[in-house]
Amino acid sequence: MSNASVSHYPAATVSQHVEQHTLCVLVDNEPGVLARVIGLFSGRGYNIDSLTVSETEHEKHLSRITIVTRGTPMVIEQIKNQLERIVPIHRVIDMTVAGPALQRELAMVKVRGKGEARMEALRLADAFRARVIDATTESFVFEITGATDKIDSFINLMLPVGLVEVARTGVVAIGRGSEGM
Amino acid sequence: MAQEMTGAEMVIAALADQGVEDIFGYPGGAVLPIYDALFHQEKVRHVLVRHEQGAVHAAEGYARSTGKVAAVLVTSGPGATNAVTGLTDALMDSVPLVCITGQVPTHLIGNDAFQECDTVGITRPCTKHNYLVKDVADLPRVLHEAFYVAGSGRPGPVVVDIPKDVQFAKGVYFKPNEFPHKGYRPKLKGDLDKIKAAIEMMRHARRPVFYTGGGVINSGTEATHLLRELVRLTGFPITSTLLGLGAYPASDPQWLGMLGMHGTFEANMSMHDCDVMICIGARFDDRITGRLDAFAPGSKKIHVDIDPSSINKNVKVDLPIVGDCAHVLEDMVRLWRANAASPDPALKVWWAQIDKWRGRRSLAYKNSSDIIKPQYAIERLYAATRGRNVYITTEVGQHQMWAAQFFKFEEPNRWMTSGGLGTMGYGLPAAVGVQRAHPDALVIDIAGEASILMNMQEMSTAVQYRLPVKIFILNNQYMGMVRQWQELLHGGRYSESYTEALPDFVKLAEAYHAVGIRCDKPGELDAAIKHMIEVPKPVIFDCVVDPAENCFPMIPSGRAHNEMLLSDAAESIEDAITEEGKVMV
Repeated sequence: MSNASVSHYPAATVSQHVEQHTLCVLVDNEPGVLARVIGLFSGRGYNIDSLTVSETEHEKHLSRITIVTRGTPMVIEQIKNQLERIVPIHRVIDMTVAGPALQRELAMVKVRGKGEARMEALRLADAFRARVIDATTESFVFEITGATDKIDSFINLMLPVGLVEVARTGVVAIGRGSEGM
Repeated sequence: MAQEMTGAEMVIAALADQGVEDIFGYPGGAVLPIYDALFHQEKVRHVLVRHEQGAVHAAEGYARSTGKVAAVLVTSGPGATNAVTGLTDALMDSVPLVCITGQVPTHLIGNDAFQECDTVGITRPCTKHNYLVKDVADLPRVLHEAFYVAGSGRPGPVVVDIPKDVQFAKGVYFKPNEFPHKGYRPKLKGDLDKIKAAIEMMRHARRPVFYTGGGVINSGTEATHLLRELVRLTGFPITSTLLGLGAYPASDPQWLGMLGMHGTFEANMSMHDCDVMICIGARFDDRITGRLDAFAPGSKKIHVDIDPSSINKNVKVDLPIVGDCAHVLEDMVRLWRANAASPDPALKVWWAQIDKWRGRRSLAYKNSSDIIKPQYAIERLYAATRGRNVYITTEVGQHQMWAAQFFKFEEPNRWMTSGGLGTMGYGLPAAVGVQRAHPDALVIDIAGEASILMNMQEMSTAVQYRLPVKIFILNNQYMGMVRQWQELLHGGRYSESYTEALPDFVKLAEAYHAVGIRCDKPGELDAAIKHMIEVPKPVIFDCVVDPAENCFPMIPSGRAHNEMLLSDAAESIEDAITEEGKVMV
């Protein structure tokens, strides 16, 4: 009986398929609610790839948290159930399975360079529909919005050109079509 | 309705309006206004504990024996941090209580003021919900919400942290309304189609078993009645978790005893070999399942739970039903009755198999006429208390398992033990809380000599309030369960599990102005127990038992339900545990 899976506790889930999911969480905008969500993730060992939060309905005191997380299907289900258990959380929607959804993030990308590098930065920015929001004689700050992989590739292209710094918002998501969440 | 008063007075008013008659607490600088308000009234009686952990456990005992939401009052800083173990215990075992903590004045929060701690930060992961009230205008709403949240859905502890200036501030108090929380509405009714599907599965079951837990007891007496009705209607066998004991009468022939790591052979074998498992209000905890990949391998599982996060957490189930046990059981009973068929002959075969397993007499032990066997002590205690209005609490360890195995519970809410967190020191303060709620009952804390020393100070509370709790110590001079694991897994190297300098428990009892009894001879046990029961005062009973006795049956680490060790196999245990199993506790 030297099988490593022989254990008194649930077997590790490493062999199982890991998926990435985007969750939209509607919460009461009250002190500590974000700490509850983050505490849940750290306390139970879940992953956070990205997290954004902002008040979305001022008169109802509602905020919307968008979390990109990864785990096995069983863990993803647990995350949703555990989130719904938090008292000030109203709803949890899994945008990955709820139907077609739009996912966007915004990044500000600072690039430094002179001469040809500067021209190349502008050409790439144009191709990616990034806007120049600040410029000096030797630098630009670009603003770019889009899906995560588009922003990733823009940043990768800027690396050799003279990438200095990146600020990203993390993903926000909304369902397509006329229905609300 | 609306009335102007101070924040401190609101606390007392809200407690009274929520039906709180007793509150367990300990004063301090940041709660003095509330203690002052307490002084001026007679609706809420205060029990002064000797340590804040004791206050929370006492409230747990109170809540679990009455089914009501219990209340705790402690000060800021160390008052709050001392309460954390009790809060975590209450969260793990789903015990409804509201813990009011004092806080430094709002303008000092974050300044490292005297006796300041981040109470809501510290208690966030060990409460169902918590609040910091910075404005007295919010206080009545928050207090009523706290009771609602603590008691509804899956119950749990709620902390309300109130800065001292908010306690002094004046505001308008209002009484609770029906739905004090704007968003929190746990689902009570189960999905009827799923319940129908469950009944269908049960009808076609050939080897069914009910596996029930504390959720049935938390759901209330109605759930217990319905469970009993359903089990009798179906003729299926039933086993319960540690926390579920008492929901089904232990004297009933359909009862298999407790399951899990120290459960009976017949309960665990029935779980392993069943084809339909009906889990009601239990959560597939690791002490229950044993090795997960060998857990009830050929079974279809129905899981009824009010907490969706309990479903599919450890074990993938085939039919989840989210809802309150009483509601779901009511539907199940009705649907089963509506189409009552004659029992499947397969059930007879199943019962014949179960009777064979019972024939192993897995709880058997070798008695002695020279030394008291701990199992014998519990059996005699049970015999002496039969027919009495008795409540049992325990500490944590071997004595707890023996109590669960040998004390037979016929009714719910009679058994208070720390299951999820396994908190040594739980039993005495819990007994204080139970006795406070049931002044005329016989309340016994079945204890170990190591556990009892963890909250021994509460003896002083018991004496002060004339609460005649009986502390029945199975004294083997070891942290028995630690010693058992060291014997089985660590080559008998008893590292730090022996207590060199135990107090004289008889003198200790006397020092507290209680009664001490010592017994070390099997022949004198009955008379000594009788004496303990008859003394109208708190008693410490030092029952000196065999220090080498191990708790069996036992599913060793890394093993499945059908690989359990029985007491007559004791010599071969060392060989039966795998290397991997040794890392488990």
